[in-house]
Amino acid sequence: MPDLQNDLSELDIRLPLERFPVSDGSRVPYAVFNSPEIYALEQERIYRGKTWSFLGLESEIPEPFDYKSTFIGDTPVVMTRGGDGRLAAWVNRCAHRGAMVCRHLRGNAKTHDCVYHQWSFDPAGNLLGVPFRRGKAGQAGMPPDFDPKAHSLRQLRVASYKGLVFATFSEEVEPLEAYIGPVMLEAVDRVARRPLVYLGCTRQYSNSNWKLYMENVKDPYHASLLHLFHTTFNIFRVGMKARCVTDGGHGLHSLILAIKEGQDVAGEDYKSQNLRSYDEGFSLEDDSILALVPEHEPVATNHIQPIFPQLVIQQIHNTLVARQLLPKGPNNFELIFHFFGYDDDTPELRALRVKQANLVGPAGYISMEDTEATELVQQGIVRDGRAASVIEMAKSAPDQENTLITESLIRSFWRGYQQLMFGA
Amino acid sequence: MLENDIMIRMGLADLMDRYIDALDSDRLEEWPTFFVEDCLYEIIPKENEDAGLPAPLMRCENAGMLRDRVVSLRHANVYQQPVYRHFMSAMRWSRDGGDGYRVTSNYMVINTNQIGQSFVYQTGVYQDLVVADASGEFKFKRRRVIYDTSRVQTLLAIPI
Repeated sequence: MPDLQNDLSELDIRLPLERFPVSDGSRVPYAVFNSPEIYALEQERIYRGKTWSFLGLESEIPEPFDYKSTFIGDTPVVMTRGGDGRLAAWVNRCAHRGAMVCRHLRGNAKTHDCVYHQWSFDPAGNLLGVPFRRGKAGQAGMPPDFDPKAHSLRQLRVASYKGLVFATFSEEVEPLEAYIGPVMLEAVDRVARRPLVYLGCTRQYSNSNWKLYMENVKDPYHASLLHLFHTTFNIFRVGMKARCVTDGGHGLHSLILAIKEGQDVAGEDYKSQNLRSYDEGFSLEDDSILALVPEHEPVATNHIQPIFPQLVIQQIHNTLVARQLLPKGPNNFELIFHFFGYDDDTPELRALRVKQANLVGPAGYISMEDTEATELVQQGIVRDGRAASVIEMAKSAPDQENTLITESLIRSFWRGYQQLMFGA
Repeated sequence: MLENDIMIRMGLADLMDRYIDALDSDRLEEWPTFFVEDCLYEIIPKENEDAGLPAPLMRCENAGMLRDRVVSLRHANVYQQPVYRHFMSAMRWSRDGGDGYRVTSNYMVINTNQIGQSFVYQTGVYQDLVVADASGEFKFKRRRVIYDTSRVQTLLAIPI
């Protein structure tokens, strides 16, 4: 008699794959946003697969023996700096009986000791000592063939680029710089142009799937329609040149750049469309919040760059953020906004970065709506797993990179996702 | 002296209560009027405050920025209207030089959403500098909101 239970669970896993109705990324079955099976598969094939996940900034752990707890996917990991300054990362699970070894968000420690039985590990995750290893008073300890070297914490490959720290479970994935790719590296260099100084973080929790946020940061189409801050205050973006590109390889990384070409002017574009996003009569009392000190080439108001799967690099005016995207089950994600500046910031520029934190983050003038929107999707798609979203904008012009009215980056993301999850 | 202190405490408590009442009753337009023009209002996670790091959740460096926030919340930003109830405790105050008062207090904000769930939205402390304006009315010169609930649920629109 066939094992019905097993057949069913296999079917559940296959189902969304079979229901990607087309392979060009323009149709996405809603089941991928709430299926527990898909979520479990993502943990294996994405977060533990051939990807590099962003952990944090080097400047969060500047001193020898500093550490920070974080996650790759939903697996708790710790990034550390050794006594020699070397970066390391390991899975936060004792090699003995599985307890979490590191219980603090941040700190400084020469050894990491599991509280359960005091197994002790160095910052790189190597086992240093086991209490009563040789027994006590003639009684037996660990077996004589017990080899401490074989019981380290699960150590991860770690690499840092321009102060951004990444780790991977994979022994096969290419080196970090090749994984990011030359097109995207150039864009990282644009923002990480000086040594980074950590300015603190804010955290936002959303009742929606992490991929809805990934779509959001690849979606310049929504920007002027959902976020009405600029249009409400009559700050128009007619003189903007856009650049929307992918990494040119797997297509999972991308860049949206809104390049400033002239002065913002009151525009007829929005008015003539009679959009909700046009409103008259308001102006900012303090418009210094939208100042832009030119410091990056080309001068752009917005640089939004997801490095799949856990990082979004952001420059909006003079506020700089490394957003860390962490899945928390199929129906939730956490977003951590790591604010930073540069080591040569003047006090005035540093103050402007802090003031412009008003633009982004959980209370950001031009970002707070994003989680509202992704939660509306999560609520709308329940029980309609086989229905699919429609992602067609600018599909007929696949090479057009100079427009913000496009969903090409989202289609590219879904092609890369299908390859990673279900590919050959 | 004691009588004077009691009057000061009552005046400060009155300011706190009126502030909370305005926010919890959706009279957002009144919010900037609790501050002097040259003021600071800041919401910052305890995590950053403890580490001496400046990144805020919200930061208004003058009353104009407070009013801009209100206009934006009323006309630009898209969010599900929350229903806040603020609860405040452990108010302590001391004199700050000649004419100001340093006030600290605990707060908790319960939010009720549209489907009728109430949950603890945020807890933290207020660290205030209160001054009397030209007409003798107590106003915030500085109100720093240092929150414990570092993980902000969905978004923060309405000030704390």
